[in-house]
Amino acid sequence: MQPWHEIVVEQLKANEIRLIPYVPDNVLKPLINAIHADPFFTAFTTAREEEAIGIVCGAVMAGMRGMALMQTSGFATLANVLASLPCAFQIPALMMISERGTLGEFNIGQAAVWRTMRPTLEALAMEHHVITRLDECGFIVDRTIRQALSTQQPAALILSPLLTGGKANPVKVGG
Amino acid sequence: MSVTTAHNAKRMYRFDLTKRLVAKLHRDEAVIGGIGHSNFDLFTAGHRPQNFYMLGSMGLAIPIALGVAIAQPQRKVFALEGDGSLLMQLGCLSTVATQAPKNLIILVMDNGTYQITGGQVTPAAGGTDFVAVARGCGLTSAAWAADEADFERLVEQGLATDGPHLIGLKLDEQGPAGQTERDPAQIRDRFMRGMGVKKSKLVT
Repeated sequence: MQPWHEIVVEQLKANEIRLIPYVPDNVLKPLINAIHADPFFTAFTTAREEEAIGIVCGAVMAGMRGMALMQTSGFATLANVLASLPCAFQIPALMMISERGTLGEFNIGQAAVWRTMRPTLEALAMEHHVITRLDECGFIVDRTIRQALSTQQPAALILSPLLTGGKANPVKVGG
Repeated sequence: MSVTTAHNAKRMYRFDLTKRLVAKLHRDEAVIGGIGHSNFDLFTAGHRPQNFYMLGSMGLAIPIALGVAIAQPQRKVFALEGDGSLLMQLGCLSTVATQAPKNLIILVMDNGTYQITGGQVTPAAGGTDFVAVARGCGLTSAAWAADEADFERLVEQGLATDGPHLIGLKLDEQGPAGQTERDPAQIRDRFMRGMGVKKSKLVT
């Protein structure tokens, strides 16, 4: 079976998602590398996740579909701009979030901010799905993108460590 | 390149400058109006379907304009951003410099204050020079407008030559000439039609 990032690339291409601004993350690295290697995509880093959302919203309104990539802590900076831009204006801005802060997190800051992600998405009434299994990955990515585009609504895809392996503690926990 | 310094730039009236800008737009150029008075004056200068008026998301006028510019490289795109807003998202100037969209023109509306919340001075009151900041970020075509005629010249230059360009505008203390209709779904719908992206029979 294909690795998760190949499945994501396939679905992005099938749905004409060409513009990928991102704030990098270690777990996203294979996806970012694959996107940069493929001339279908226009991909670049932004200084903040807010900026990436603005760029995607502008591009979508001008006819180029996009998805912003980030990690959990980056999502936590977005409540205001999500509420007042893609939610208020009904723009299908897509996000893919690499999930840090759970299932073996070693950084208490990441663990703390992780707890704000789902409540924020729920409070914004934003469509969001967690991808945990390889065999469901393509279906969830494809259908979430299609629904966002058809209903003019933003949506978030969360990449669980169950799918990606997450980021393991680089050092052995001492006594 | 203009040699006008921040100190010597004339303080001008935002609504007058906005009208002068709009009068020069003859090719369906996109204009992204930043939060608050920047977009109020754009709306009051006369609605065009190629105008997008922000409602919140402070600091995102330039990123939104960059997205439009990337999606439609043949169309000139203007971002009207206030100094307080730009301070919230200074990093976007580096992004613009690196992506270097030829069709993007940024107008920084610098009145030194948060006018909409009562005129409190911004944290840049110590003398931040936004044109110098832009140049430092890699935007080599960045200049203060000396006066209204110089502003018109810089806009014409922006329309006629490859960018990205940034024009710094020192503003006086006059308030906005009107207020934007706050109907975001309608604004988005009209803008997408104005960009030629949306065709719909739901017209009237």
